[in-house]
Amino acid sequence: MKYAAAFLGVVIASLLTIAMLFTAGWVRPPILGQQAGFRGLGMEQLTTPAARRKLELANVPPDAIPMPPAEGPKATEVYKNVQVLKDLTVVEFNTLMAAITTWVAPQQGCAYCHNTDNLADDSVYAKKVSRRMIEMTRHVNTDWKAHVQNTGVVCWTCHRGNPVPQNVWYDNVGWPQAAGFATTNYGMGHPSAANGSTAMTQDPYGALADKNAVIRVQATKALPLNSNGASILSTEQSYSLMIAMSQGLGVNCTFCHNTREFGQWPESTPQRLTAWHGIQLARDLNGAYLTPLKDVLPANRLGPHGDAPKLDCATCHQGANKPLLGVSMAKDYPALGGTPAK
Amino acid sequence: MSAFENFYTQVQVWPEKPEPGVAGDRVQREKGALFYYWAGVIGNAQIGPIYLGTLGILSLVFGFFAIEIIGLNMWASVNWSPIEFVRQLPWLALEPPKPECGLCIMPPLKEGGWWLMAGFFLTMSILLWWARMYRRARVLGLGTHTAWAFASAIFLYLSLGFIRPLLMGHWSEAVPFGIFPHLDWTAAFSIRYGNLFYNPFHMLSIAFLYGSAVLFAMHGATILAVGRYGGEREVEQMIDRGTAAERAALFWRWTMGFNATMESIHRWAWWFAVLVPFTGGIGILLTGTVVDNWYLWGVQHGIAPAYPHLWPPVIDPAASGAAQ
Repeated sequence: MKYAAAFLGVVIASLLTIAMLFTAGWVRPPILGQQAGFRGLGMEQLTTPAARRKLELANVPPDAIPMPPAEGPKATEVYKNVQVLKDLTVVEFNTLMAAITTWVAPQQGCAYCHNTDNLADDSVYAKKVSRRMIEMTRHVNTDWKAHVQNTGVVCWTCHRGNPVPQNVWYDNVGWPQAAGFATTNYGMGHPSAANGSTAMTQDPYGALADKNAVIRVQATKALPLNSNGASILSTEQSYSLMIAMSQGLGVNCTFCHNTREFGQWPESTPQRLTAWHGIQLARDLNGAYLTPLKDVLPANRLGPHGDAPKLDCATCHQGANKPLLGVSMAKDYPALGGTPAK
Repeated sequence: MSAFENFYTQVQVWPEKPEPGVAGDRVQREKGALFYYWAGVIGNAQIGPIYLGTLGILSLVFGFFAIEIIGLNMWASVNWSPIEFVRQLPWLALEPPKPECGLCIMPPLKEGGWWLMAGFFLTMSILLWWARMYRRARVLGLGTHTAWAFASAIFLYLSLGFIRPLLMGHWSEAVPFGIFPHLDWTAAFSIRYGNLFYNPFHMLSIAFLYGSAVLFAMHGATILAVGRYGGEREVEQMIDRGTAAERAALFWRWTMGFNATMESIHRWAWWFAVLVPFTGGIGILLTGTVVDNWYLWGVQHGIAPAYPHLWPPVIDPAASGAAQ
């Protein structure tokens, strides 16, 4: 009897150990740490050689197609219906079209956006979308230097060879809930990739499309002088958004914050400023460029509530705190608003 | 004396007859009881009799209502999928009413109504269970120390889920039901109110919690170590020289100069344990009501140290009045 119990105990312990080994998401050492703040504050970024190699492989930029000198007739003189790239010459225009094809629709080719019988025709929805996206790229590179500096972005930054970037979000793609009078939980209580498998808000990106959403939740004074402080519900929404941001950037909280007090700017790192401008950038692009595309996109490109795909930090960053690990592709494409290297 | 140097209990508690002179017969003491060898390995071999009574049955009924409301709402939140209910159970929640509700008594069922009901039934169940513990102790002629220790835990529970939400004027400040949801609530609560680690009552609660663990380990080890001399007869031995109790006392005086007595160690343990939820509850009641940001409060009172900055000052870009 006693031996049977001991044997049973060993079997159970072994099964639990095996289950733990294959479910706990172990990271193979060595762990590489990089200190970012004053000693003792735990402000450091962690990675492993394998994770770093994977990130480097995923962020190899494609070869640049060299832009020819700006000589010859303007594109507007030769082609019809040129609405955005009016300042380019024909050779520049054609080179950019070739580059965009390799970035966005390498398999589908020109026909993904163009009616091949009449390239000037606007009947394909993707052409109207890409025209708007070219305007957006120029806007980012010229008006948002606070976030992208002179590194800039091109179509590849988000698309990486996919007609629709891999990291986009739609409104309220929550777990299907029973209707009627069962609790709604306001979108909480289910794990999602975006919320870092917590039980907080499943779709935390709402504040990236709503200019008026308040993200700051901490009190700015020691004593409760303002009776309209943030609720726990809005705290959990902001918390989830911050988790989604850190996942998109492949960093932890301490990349921007001293976690003993998240809200304090003097305790934060300079990266928090860049990230703050990033939030404003995402709100601008979602509001002015992406949300309105719902009238242009076909139904199969829209979310379950009929909204257009929208961007968040991961759309460009894709797990790297600098997209493409800081390599500037835009410097080769002044036509997209990029700043040429000096 | 029995040997205690083992992982599990060496004495099978399986009494054949009462101590001489003790009233009552064996039949009454063992009515409805079962004896199991394996239960005796980890505790007492006698299981039962259990006394439920009116309070116990009412407590279980209310507790069943609460669990039923919580469980069915959780199941509904995965659209009644049994597989997803099991798979997502740690994440599933029953959230309190929205902030807009304030202290409303009749919110929509799907927006906190069920939470209010579950909270009411669970609280009734816990309070009835407390009364039952008190009454059972009195009926057996015991002191009511256990009931008052439990009351301390109930005070923390009520502080989190009822008293503090009342003081704040919002049910939405209360804790949701759910395994991860209530843990995520804790993290969010600490962040919202500027890091609970700077709350002195949180510090006290942690000190008593860790202290309880140390005291429990010290006392448990001491009694097992003097078990070979009959040291489990703790209190009756403690005032005499040459007993197991004196050996234990001498051990602690040798190692740290001072010791609790076999009686006072239990008072130490009781107070440490009781003060964990009690100080914690006070810390919760002060948060948001009296102090809105514990870190800034800590800076004002010299608790939070200043660290050198490794970069030029970072200034809030929204300080000029721009949007957040």
